[in-house]
Amino acid sequence: MNENTLTKLKILAESAKYDVSCSSSGTVRRNQSGTLGNTVGGWGICHSFAEDGRCISLLKIMLTNYCIYDCAYCINRRSNDIPRATLSVSELVDLTIEFYRRNYIEGLFLSSGVVRNPDYTMERLVRVAKDLRLVHKFNGYIHLKSIPGASRELVNEAGLYADRLSVNIEIPKEENLKLLAPEKDHKSVYQPMRYIQQGVLTNKEDRKKFRHVPRFVPAGQSTQMIVGATSESDKDILYLSSSLYQHPTMRRVYYSGYISVNTYDKRLPTLKQPPLVRENRLYQADWLLRFYQFKVEEIVDDSYPNLDLEIDPKLGWALRHPEQFPIDINRADYEMILRVPGIGVKSARQIIASRRFSKLGFYELKKIGVVMKKAQYFITCNELPTQTVNELTPIGVRRLLAPKPKKKVDERQLILNFADDE
Amino acid sequence: MTLFIYDHTFEGLLTCVFDAYFRKTFPDSLLMEGEPLPLFYDETIHIATDEEKAGRVWRGLQKKISRHALSSLTYCWLSELPKVDEILFRYIRKAINSPHSIETNFADPDVLNLAKIYKRVDGERIHLMQFVRFQKAADGTFFAAVEPQFNALPLAVDHFKDRFADQRWLIYDVKRQYGYYYNQTEIEEVTFEDPHQAHLVTGMLNETLMDNNEKLFQELWKTYFKSICIKERWNPRKHRQDMPVRYWKYLTEKQ
Repeated sequence: MNENTLTKLKILAESAKYDVSCSSSGTVRRNQSGTLGNTVGGWGICHSFAEDGRCISLLKIMLTNYCIYDCAYCINRRSNDIPRATLSVSELVDLTIEFYRRNYIEGLFLSSGVVRNPDYTMERLVRVAKDLRLVHKFNGYIHLKSIPGASRELVNEAGLYADRLSVNIEIPKEENLKLLAPEKDHKSVYQPMRYIQQGVLTNKEDRKKFRHVPRFVPAGQSTQMIVGATSESDKDILYLSSSLYQHPTMRRVYYSGYISVNTYDKRLPTLKQPPLVRENRLYQADWLLRFYQFKVEEIVDDSYPNLDLEIDPKLGWALRHPEQFPIDINRADYEMILRVPGIGVKSARQIIASRRFSKLGFYELKKIGVVMKKAQYFITCNELPTQTVNELTPIGVRRLLAPKPKKKVDERQLILNFADDE
Repeated sequence: MTLFIYDHTFEGLLTCVFDAYFRKTFPDSLLMEGEPLPLFYDETIHIATDEEKAGRVWRGLQKKISRHALSSLTYCWLSELPKVDEILFRYIRKAINSPHSIETNFADPDVLNLAKIYKRVDGERIHLMQFVRFQKAADGTFFAAVEPQFNALPLAVDHFKDRFADQRWLIYDVKRQYGYYYNQTEIEEVTFEDPHQAHLVTGMLNETLMDNNEKLFQELWKTYFKSICIKERWNPRKHRQDMPVRYWKYLTEKQ
């Protein structure tokens, strides 16, 4: 630990930061008496927030940013001229432990550039996790990246020490992946995913028979897709996520708005700004899939292959299906209440609980936390009938709810039209 | 208008409930001893805190409402908000009078208010778990100063005890002048006699009190914090939303 480590930490954190996965949830592990660390309930703790607004929960770092691959979208590609560094296993372990003791972090999120071959790299990652768990009795969260192409034995060993394993798909369509990363294919991504899933399912069976079988990847796996680097529509992305969520171990799919890191590469678009709104809409759609009981074909289909950037996907669905509304807050079932724009999971639950005592009106709904600005057009409650989406028409409601364009011109000023665009 | 005057403890509040039912007079307002009286009132009643009466009310409540609702009562008490005792009083009274549990009736202003205050105090507990930053002192104790909005420190110490079971630590609430010290076996409540020591004012340990490596790890963490930010996504508003400015004083990375 010295000044040298400082430089390495800087280089390797900068290399790791484009991976968006951050969560430290999904495992409960109590402290084994007299050792360090635990993981809290079903949710993780965010210990800090960087100035880009993203949370810092885990120490997100690469073991090395040397890489034998040349993927066009990646900052660490072989042909990039950037400072390179490698942390030794003991340095990284010390760093994690000391940060953890100061309550800076919740655990470690370790990934790595591929050096020599996938197995060699994977082995080093596993060694870090193993050292932390066995030598230092560390009970915090460990998220390991499973290197595409690593062997089953190594994935199985990693699963014993890590809480979560992840393999990034990056590009949803294989032909686009081939174009940007000629050395990779989808098989090398799906193979480790399958290993992880099989490992978890076998472990589940074993634990039914023997009580003390160690847990295998208790927090499941996650993956990430880059948005806006290639030509995929939102439909392609969401259909893939939805099929991934069918797998029992897939917990999260992350969407990472593409940031032009390699501007010189002509295969990639040059974006001034990462597509943040689109990324946000994709996350909203993802939430609809996971928590709001929506089916993917309700959110996007052939006639709506892309999500509306102006309004959120739930409102979009409601406006396409005015025949489902208005619904009666005091009678409708939970599934239907969840589908009202402006009502979230918490409000829906509170509505279900409270309406057993008395009928709910606008005032109570507002107090419960429903966004009445949106919800008012889709509900009836214990009030006089108001104008709903059926009277105002979906286009009318859309006009009311879509964000108004910012007024650029001052109306008090005389505007002189110079006809230069004719 | 009937006023109850009590010593402003939680047991005192429960005694107020007991005495109100006993006397069949219910207060319009609860006051702390020594607080100035309002201009107009009919009657003031002094309530002497009685453990036994408080215990009876608590046991009665246990039959009426769930454990979660009971703990939300204590959470709300720890919020130390003005007039929170009156909300609690009304809530307890409604809970006792109603034939079935009222705790999910969010159309009732007191129930909803209680749920909201609970959420705020619980949020503060989580903020403590997030934003406590330990510094290693020369003797090996990990020290952290905090200044929570609500008195949520007692709610968070169990988490720290479980997590940092093999290190000695001290978390000190600078605002309320007390803290908890963990000596690797149990937690004890402590108070410093001199609140004007530098590390209790600034929250930062003096370099002479620090462990040798402490400065380096602080530097490492600050460097990491700066490098993990993606410039293209710079979003200071979200940054401040999730990590409110009132915590920055004691955050290593914001120094």
